[in-house]
Amino acid sequence: MAHAAEHHHKETFITKYIFSQDHKMIAKQYLITGLIMGAIGIAMSLLFRMQLAWPGESSAVFSALLGKWAPDGVMDADIYLALVTIHGTIMVFFVLTAGLSGTFSNLLIPLQIGARDMASGFLNMLSYWLFFISCAIMLGSLFAEAGPAAAGWTVYPPLSALPQAQPGSGMGMTLWLVSMAIFIASSLLGSLNYIVTVLNLRTKGMTMTRMPLTIWAFFVTAIIGVVSFPVLLSAALLLLMDRSFGTSFFLSDIFIQGEVLHYQGGSPVLYEHLFWFLGHPEVYIVLLPALGITSEVMSTNARKPIFGYRAMIASILGIAFLSTIVWGHHMFVSGMNPFLGSVFTFTTLLIAIPSAVKAFNYITTLWKGNLQLNPAMLFSIGLVSTFITGGLTGIILGDSTLDINVHDTYFVVAHFHLVMGISALYGLFAGVYHWFPKLFQGRLMNKNLGYIHFWVTAVASYGVFFPMHFVGMAGVPRRYYENTAFPMFDELADVQVLMTVFALIAAAAQLVFVYNFIHSIFYGKRGEQNPWKSNTLEWTTPTEHIHGNWPGEIPEVHRWSYDYSKTYEDGSYIIEGQDFVPQTVPLQPNEEELNH
Amino acid sequence: MTTPLILAVLVLVAIAIWQLAKIFELSQMGADRANDQIANDSDNKYNGYLLFAFLVFIYGITIFSFAKYGKMLLPMPASEHGVDYDRLMWISFAIIFFVQTVTQFLLHYFGYKYRGEKGKKALFYADNDKLEFIWTIIPVIVLASLILYGLYSWVNIMDINDEDDPLVVELYAQQFNWTARYGGDDNVLGDASVRLIDINSANVLGLDSGDPNGADDVIVKELHLPVGRKVNFFMRSQDVLHSAYMPHFRAQMNCVPGMVTQFSFTPTVTTEEMRLQPEIVDKVKRTNVLRAARAAEGDPNSDPWEFDYVLLCNKICGKSHYNMQMKIIVESEEDFNKWLKEQKTFGETVTALP
Repeated sequence: MAHAAEHHHKETFITKYIFSQDHKMIAKQYLITGLIMGAIGIAMSLLFRMQLAWPGESSAVFSALLGKWAPDGVMDADIYLALVTIHGTIMVFFVLTAGLSGTFSNLLIPLQIGARDMASGFLNMLSYWLFFISCAIMLGSLFAEAGPAAAGWTVYPPLSALPQAQPGSGMGMTLWLVSMAIFIASSLLGSLNYIVTVLNLRTKGMTMTRMPLTIWAFFVTAIIGVVSFPVLLSAALLLLMDRSFGTSFFLSDIFIQGEVLHYQGGSPVLYEHLFWFLGHPEVYIVLLPALGITSEVMSTNARKPIFGYRAMIASILGIAFLSTIVWGHHMFVSGMNPFLGSVFTFTTLLIAIPSAVKAFNYITTLWKGNLQLNPAMLFSIGLVSTFITGGLTGIILGDSTLDINVHDTYFVVAHFHLVMGISALYGLFAGVYHWFPKLFQGRLMNKNLGYIHFWVTAVASYGVFFPMHFVGMAGVPRRYYENTAFPMFDELADVQVLMTVFALIAAAAQLVFVYNFIHSIFYGKRGEQNPWKSNTLEWTTPTEHIHGNWPGEIPEVHRWSYDYSKTYEDGSYIIEGQDFVPQTVPLQPNEEELNH
Repeated sequence: MTTPLILAVLVLVAIAIWQLAKIFELSQMGADRANDQIANDSDNKYNGYLLFAFLVFIYGITIFSFAKYGKMLLPMPASEHGVDYDRLMWISFAIIFFVQTVTQFLLHYFGYKYRGEKGKKALFYADNDKLEFIWTIIPVIVLASLILYGLYSWVNIMDINDEDDPLVVELYAQQFNWTARYGGDDNVLGDASVRLIDINSANVLGLDSGDPNGADDVIVKELHLPVGRKVNFFMRSQDVLHSAYMPHFRAQMNCVPGMVTQFSFTPTVTTEEMRLQPEIVDKVKRTNVLRAARAAEGDPNSDPWEFDYVLLCNKICGKSHYNMQMKIIVESEEDFNKWLKEQKTFGETVTALP
């Protein structure tokens, strides 16, 4: 193989750790960058949760962290909106898109399909560094003179387009748009690479229907990204033009601060369409990789095949297709034609069907298993739990009629945090605990710290987001700096405190994870080569990272990856004494291939 | 005052967790087998029990939330379509709670029941077409009926027409307040455009003084609605997106610069009647206890509260988004007409252009 010959040239520190073209190193870079961004995003949420619980109270934390934005230690209303905006942007794009998909697509696609590396190592490196630059610009925007972007993570114009409308729509907003444009370029390079790699570089015998569901999820996620991210790019560019060059794509008939602006003929509703054409598929770009990880982790730890493998693939494809035609459910009360609302209600509730199939299949995978309750497994079970709780309220929000009164209230905030925020984070954690040995030279994370991390997080996340539904159903709008202007919300003050306290506890639990993560990188105990007794190919590679992944020939694949606890008719395991059959083991005589 | 205290406690909790974590780890130092970070039978047992306990926790927090916060939800609907809305909402909720209760039970109970043990054999069970058909078709049927009901209501609510002599009202949004405009005697709104706004002549909504329909328009800062008469709202915004949210009427529509959006409903309960509703009486009582406590602390925002319908802004619009509101008063047709007569018309308030 021509590819293999390249792997012996000398490496310097820079080519090995900084401008690495090795997919495993790039995965680590994505993970660590994503985790740092995650820490910043979560810290921001704590700040505004404190403001919501104790509105207008002076705090030394605010003075210390917000400086001029917290005169006398009281959080300013503009910076509240900026924190909400940047929290959303960071968590959705930088943590749950790049951090999750970037890490595990990079790590697992070559390892699980049996490839030496990504199709293009250079594009892969470029993808990471563009991501890094966009992170730097986004964080740099926090220091803009008039403050960072503050129009909500959806940055709807005209609020985001007019510097007169709020201070955050000045330089901060320009930087936000530039950062997102670069982010999208990074995401597209990554996605194209994933698609090409999965299609072309599978090892001998690795047919599409023998691929682990992780790969199916990453593959389809990349396709959704390629289809929808360019539309956000165009929206961002058009918005930049409206802001900087006086075009009128999204603006018309505006009178602000005593003067009529020249804009004529544009429509903010057009921006909403463009934004949500990405924005909704984005939910699945975040969620599908987490579900893919769950499929793999759950099956391995249940010592059972994933139930309904082909139905799982079908539901991934169904979700992917439907996800591109449901965006209008974010716009039922935007002023668009109500007939469109009917269509989007229909498609939106349809997407509940493949989602329900997935949930039922996970539950059945647990049935009569021999569940190894490792931290990764607990996070996977936790994911299914929050996916169900959060997903069910989607039935209400996706129904145009019911959306009228809960649209943009805390009911929505509770819904999407559970179904995509917490669920995807659980997927990320499950992946980190499970593949930590693959990322860091065979070292394992401490399981007891993992248990503490999971249980505190699980209780605290429900503690934050379950009561939040009630706040929404009491009519409290989201993105309110404080709720004290409405006596009808007075009695909800206690709920706000409760949610904030749970949020602080949840954040404290993440410190356990951070400690465990850093400590285990250096001092974690080394496990066996295949610690979870898994069937997939990545565990056949040596624990020390080498270029090209396998020292010799790439192994050939003879079966799907879910032959756990498979027996002959007489009840004896296929391989005597072990309850798993790695993909590299040829079919035995009298054995039937069962990749259903 | 409480903030630093709570923060201090939380910092201590964080430190405590960190320290506990370290102790845990030190206590593990003895066992140095290669696979000791992988769940063993005792881990499976304890975490299995915890999964079951977590199921109880989920049920518990559900019951707790309903018991404690259920009474804080929006009161009965004050509009005609609101009754239909609430019915659909509770049907959906009933379905959701049934599914939630059953699936969470199965998930966590299986997690507990089938916790791993050394030597136990898992069942190789890769698929079952019949089962999968069942749990595809059941959601299909349930969702299809919800879609049909939902679409039926949606079409009715969004069908904005001139039947039954509706009252015509414009809701006008700007950072950070609302204005309402009535058609006046002819119940027709005069033409308007932000390009005609002239603060000097008090033409703040940009009415076209050449349009005869506009002269009798009434512009006010408090929304009055006659009970039992359909109201067609026309919404405009002069600067950024806003959203006219009237939760008691189950009504919401965005206000979009450059276009006129519409919504329509029929108020069915006057403000006075709503104030006498037992649930509102209780809510006001509870709220005023809290406000009295705040008054005792010297908080200026603590006057006793009397229930009123309210229009809120529900689309992020800038710094004072959280306080962009307008009072809504629903009254009898006579009271409404009397009130409207007392207001000055646009023709009377606008100062002649020089």
